[in-house]
Amino acid sequence: MILVGREGADNVVLRGARALDPVEGVDAIVDVRIDNGVIAQIGTGLDTNEHRVVDGAGLTLTPAFIDPHVHLRTPGREDEETIATGTAAAAAGGYCAILAIPNTDPVVDDAEILRGLRARAASEAHVPLGFLAAITKHQDGAELTEMGALADAGAAGFTDDGRPVAAAGVMRRALQYNAITGRMIAVHCEEPTLTRGGHAHAGAVAEELGLGGWPSLGESLMVARDVDLAGETGRPVHLMHLSARESVEHLRRAQAAGVRASAEVTPHHLCLTHEAIRTLDPNMKMNPPLRTEQDRAALLDALRDGAIAAIATDHAPHSREEKDVPFEAAPFGVIGLETAFSVLYTELVEPGLLRLETLLERMSAGPAAIFGLDRPRIAIGAPANLALLDLEGSWRVKADGFRSRSANSWLLGRRLRGRVRMTIAAGRVVSDS
Amino acid sequence: MTDLRVIGGDLLPPAAERRHLLAVGDLTADDVARLLATASSFALSQERENKKLPTLRGRLVLNIFYESSTRTCSSFELAAKRLSADTMTFKSSGSSVDKGESLKDTASTLSAYDPDVIVLRHPEVGAAQYVAGVTEARVVNAGDGKHQHPTQALLDLFTMREAFGRLEGLNVAIVGDVVHSRVARSLVQALALVGANAVLVGPPALLPEGLAPVSYDIATIADADVVYVLRMQQERMLAGANFVPTLREYTARWGVTPERVRQGQRVMHPGPMNRGVEIDAQVADSDAALVVDQVRSGLVVRMAVLYDLLTTGPVAVESAVGVA
Repeated sequence: MILVGREGADNVVLRGARALDPVEGVDAIVDVRIDNGVIAQIGTGLDTNEHRVVDGAGLTLTPAFIDPHVHLRTPGREDEETIATGTAAAAAGGYCAILAIPNTDPVVDDAEILRGLRARAASEAHVPLGFLAAITKHQDGAELTEMGALADAGAAGFTDDGRPVAAAGVMRRALQYNAITGRMIAVHCEEPTLTRGGHAHAGAVAEELGLGGWPSLGESLMVARDVDLAGETGRPVHLMHLSARESVEHLRRAQAAGVRASAEVTPHHLCLTHEAIRTLDPNMKMNPPLRTEQDRAALLDALRDGAIAAIATDHAPHSREEKDVPFEAAPFGVIGLETAFSVLYTELVEPGLLRLETLLERMSAGPAAIFGLDRPRIAIGAPANLALLDLEGSWRVKADGFRSRSANSWLLGRRLRGRVRMTIAAGRVVSDS
Repeated sequence: MTDLRVIGGDLLPPAAERRHLLAVGDLTADDVARLLATASSFALSQERENKKLPTLRGRLVLNIFYESSTRTCSSFELAAKRLSADTMTFKSSGSSVDKGESLKDTASTLSAYDPDVIVLRHPEVGAAQYVAGVTEARVVNAGDGKHQHPTQALLDLFTMREAFGRLEGLNVAIVGDVVHSRVARSLVQALALVGANAVLVGPPALLPEGLAPVSYDIATIADADVVYVLRMQQERMLAGANFVPTLREYTARWGVTPERVRQGQRVMHPGPMNRGVEIDAQVADSDAALVVDQVRSGLVVRMAVLYDLLTTGPVAVESAVGVA
């Protein structure tokens, strides 16, 4: 099993919600009965069997979300996030599973560390949690980790995220060797000699603000390299948090040539451009950086047509002290688990830029398929992994309103439409508001 | 108990709403005209034997400098003193900053003295905006990383206007390490506000794109009224970044030498100068050079900025000068 979390199974009847599972072809106002954590019946006028009854009238019931890119900061920076707080944030955001990034202290580059984390997750995680392990020891890009032993210990895949695998030869060996595990290799595409000293997209805004540039080529050059290596080795590769239109072009070229290349995009890269950093708000500082309107449009196009099959938050908690500094001094990254669905619904679905069905698919079935996880679905016999959404409700994002231990959100003060009312993960009600 | 009476309190102009000077982009053409006019008034006052004006008596101007500075720091300090404000200068080295104190805590700690204006220099972009958000004081950005140095741009405009009698239509060639220069970023915006033209001249990797027209050919400066020379900021260049192959090659191709300066051109430099690198000593010491004028302008322009932030504007200036 790749995912671990607390055990338990609830009995619930969700009454009268619009059940919407675009992959299963479900779209109807029905009752859904969950017996012992498993969807037992879908229909109208179902018996409650003394189950807890949830009134879903006016609400939308969908497969819950999966986030393949979460920085849980554990071990090492539990002041910023813990397994408990990070998974509570995921539950509040409608997620039934998340994958944690291994750039912790220590790095998850050893089976013993991984086993320890999984043991803690089994007692602390509010939603099932998988751990990615490092591609190289200490994520320093030189020597491969014991991928076989890590996969046996339950690694959900491999990544050096936070850093690139700078040397092409090391990346090629990782792709080759990973054939023995069958797990995904996920890459953070950054050519370090082009991005050194970079704080913002190399373009008009950075030039004006006097910030060191992080050029699109710093990403797209590595995307081109990695999809070509994937093609040459015949192995799949997953491209994390794409930000540049040139990267999307390389991805499309590779996919058209039959390379097994997948990709993810974050809510902030779909909603913001580098114009947002003019305020010098440290919560607008991301890696990769926010880029131009053309980049944003290319990412959205790719998300729509499926070239980019997954939305990932790149949830990156930072302590208040670390972000409470001038822009240039601030670390990269923002939290995203509790706002991802709402902001994408508000910014993309409501204005008609993205169909709700597509958004739901890219937040759930899409990432599940990439990482070989069971797809959350509304079907009899399936484990209950469900999110109950109030698409009419709105709420204000507040620094003191997060389940996450950190509050470095780019949405502070914003009012968002679309609220997660309940999350059921692996048969348990994990969030209920 | 006797009544307390604030001596000279009636001389204080009415307090203005809380404003900051963080970037030239915050200013309109009218703001620039007003500030330069105020600076001219103060320049007259500086020709008198008693150079001190009572205008900001009782006010506190706090200089917080996280980077070394000769001109900017001393000129703000003197500007405040000439307006009868109290001043304190805080330099990060030898302070609690060496013990790891954050900018937030330093700013809050010093704000306990209730400063009316904080003048901040800091190596990181966004520092002035940041401090404006954590204190009650008005904030003047005296340089934040490579971003902005608005009072330098204003004093440069003042100097050019004194030298040419006008600003509109002036052609200014900014030569050298533009990419690392907050002075250049502020100056290009300020020149645009007053209808002057800028061209950037230097090696390709040191010229940002999109700010102003660029040229890699030093001969371009022949068309300029003002040759504005920038220092090579080696302290902001990461090791191995290869912006230029060597300083020798830089000087040979882009150094401002007597042969490259045309009759009638004026030469400016924000300092500190590296003689023999970006500017030849003969040029620096020639009659064409306005470097000392820039320093003099700095005093009256900074008086004008402090005055403007703490009062309502030009009408009160005349009376303030008149009273003194």
